[in-house]
Amino acid sequence: MSIFTRGFSGRGRDNNPALPPGQYLTEDFPVLSAGPTPNVDTDTWEFTITTETGKVHRWNWEQLMALPTEDIHTDIHCVTRWSKLGTTWRGVSLDTLFADVETEYDYVMEHSYGGYTTNAPYEDLRDGKAWIAHTFEGEPLDPEHGGPARLLVPHLYFWKSAKWIRGLTMMAEDDPGFWEQNGYHIYGDPWQEQRYW
Amino acid sequence: MHLDGNVLAGPLLELFREDMTTATARCASCGDVSVLATAMVYDAAPGWCVRCHVCGDVLLTFVRAGDRLRIDLRGVTALELPAG
Amino acid sequence: MGTVASTSAETPSGRSIWIDVPDWAGNIAGQHVDVRLTAPDGYQATRSYSLASSGPSPRLQLAVDKLPDGEVSPYLVDDLRAGDMLELRGPLGGWFVWSPSVEQPVQLIAGGSGVVPLVAMIRAHAASGSTAPMQLLYSVRTPDDRFFADELEKLDNITYAYTRSGPPDATIGRLTKERLAAAVLPVGSAVFVCGPTGFVEAVASWLVDLGHDASLIKTERFGGA
Ligand SMILES: Cc1cc2nc3c(=O)[nH]c(=O)nc-3n(C[C@H](O)[C@H](O)[C@H](O)COP(=O)(O)OP(=O)(O)OC[C@H]3O[C@@H](n4cnc5c(N)ncnc54)[C@H](O)[C@@H]3O)c2cc1C
Repeated sequence: MSIFTRGFSGRGRDNNPALPPGQYLTEDFPVLSAGPTPNVDTDTWEFTITTETGKVHRWNWEQLMALPTEDIHTDIHCVTRWSKLGTTWRGVSLDTLFADVETEYDYVMEHSYGGYTTNAPYEDLRDGKAWIAHTFEGEPLDPEHGGPARLLVPHLYFWKSAKWIRGLTMMAEDDPGFWEQNGYHIYGDPWQEQRYW
Repeated sequence: MHLDGNVLAGPLLELFREDMTTATARCASCGDVSVLATAMVYDAAPGWCVRCHVCGDVLLTFVRAGDRLRIDLRGVTALELPAG
Repeated sequence: MGTVASTSAETPSGRSIWIDVPDWAGNIAGQHVDVRLTAPDGYQATRSYSLASSGPSPRLQLAVDKLPDGEVSPYLVDDLRAGDMLELRGPLGGWFVWSPSVEQPVQLIAGGSGVVPLVAMIRAHAASGSTAPMQLLYSVRTPDDRFFADELEKLDNITYAYTRSGPPDATIGRLTKERLAAAVLPVGSAVFVCGPTGFVEAVASWLVDLGHDASLIKTERFGGA
């Protein structure tokens, strides 16, 4: 049993309706990472989508930049309890990248340069819900925030938005990624406070 | 940026009931054997990722999930501590 | 569980906190405690703090620097007062420690509040009568930002490296490899480096460049950039 600490309330966990439960508002952009920042060069960068047949769809940086881009205005919510409201990103919708991909599978593993993985249902990456983002607040995405490009899946906790994205692999089952294997929630909806399992 | 393995002393005490920072761990990836105090701790709380200070691969992770502490020793093939 | 005995200002942003822990088993210089704060709704935050005190005494001394946008350090520096109960676990860590059985010369290198565990070593060294040389290089913003200023003033084996402002005869500015080389004991000494992560990172790599054996360098990163 722990005693309460007189006068301690924790960082601003106020009841702002724009914030999911247990979150506080931050103005800066904390850097969270399970490892060092990988050095990813856009000259050798590539992004792949791999399906159950073994077919690999590939894009290099130039090809990604040639695709239609979208501006995204969104709030982001980190499982470490900070939320940032009204952020602006630019990137390519996963709908565009999945347009020619044929798959029967319902789940996706996101893979990053540096070895990080995280899983998500396919339907959460479709219909205007997910992007490959390369620009943040009008500037090229900083490497410490996942540049040159990261996944952006803002309706889930931010660990699902893999930094330094390198590829997506279709999966038959919802296999857990790096943090999900060891305690983070398999789905991670901030509004339902799905932090851990 | 990361912390040193020293900071693992408290959390690992909960699991092992011993000071594990002076225990050596063998890295599954490169075979280096070092005391855990010299490992690199990426403290992206609530999950911490502990990496080998030689090759940078993951030694272990732990997550304080509500009232439980979950430790995954995926990258450690041996632990050795002075018999007390 | 401890009870705060008293607190006192160390610097414009830092405070010493004395805590009575009746069942304290004693600690070695360099160890730390984990302090856990609990909010009325059950939310908890845990942080590590080094002990400036060592030995059997059940009155512990911590010294905490306030990070303006931090969660725990502003509470400890601004709100905590004598009589408060504080949940802490320790002593912790058996590696970043100095005990009188170490016969090598010892070079201590601190950045900011990183001086806390090193002061414990200086005190333990003095108390033990050890004849091994021990000296401190202390990098700090200004003279006012020195922790334990009065106590350290009395010692002559300390070099200050002021990064923002200092006495007229001092070199002001961030530590460099050259200044480090001039201030530290020769290769073969045991070295303890403690402070903000970026500071520790820079100093440790310079030491290796200067020929110090990596296995004799012990580091404690406090966090931050
Ligand atoms: C083994 C160990 C011993 C320590 N001993 C001491 C000690 O004796 N005295 C002491 O004052 N602190 C010490 N620290 C640091 C302490 O544990 C906290 O990290 C610090 O007090 C900040 O906590 P916070 O909750 O106020 O800030 P948080 O809310 O955790 O962080 C606020 C912001 O500051 C950044 N930040 C975190 N830590 C630092 C830092 N050290 N410097 C600059 N920026 C930072 C974070 O990235 C974040 O953006 C020690 C740390 C370790 C690992």
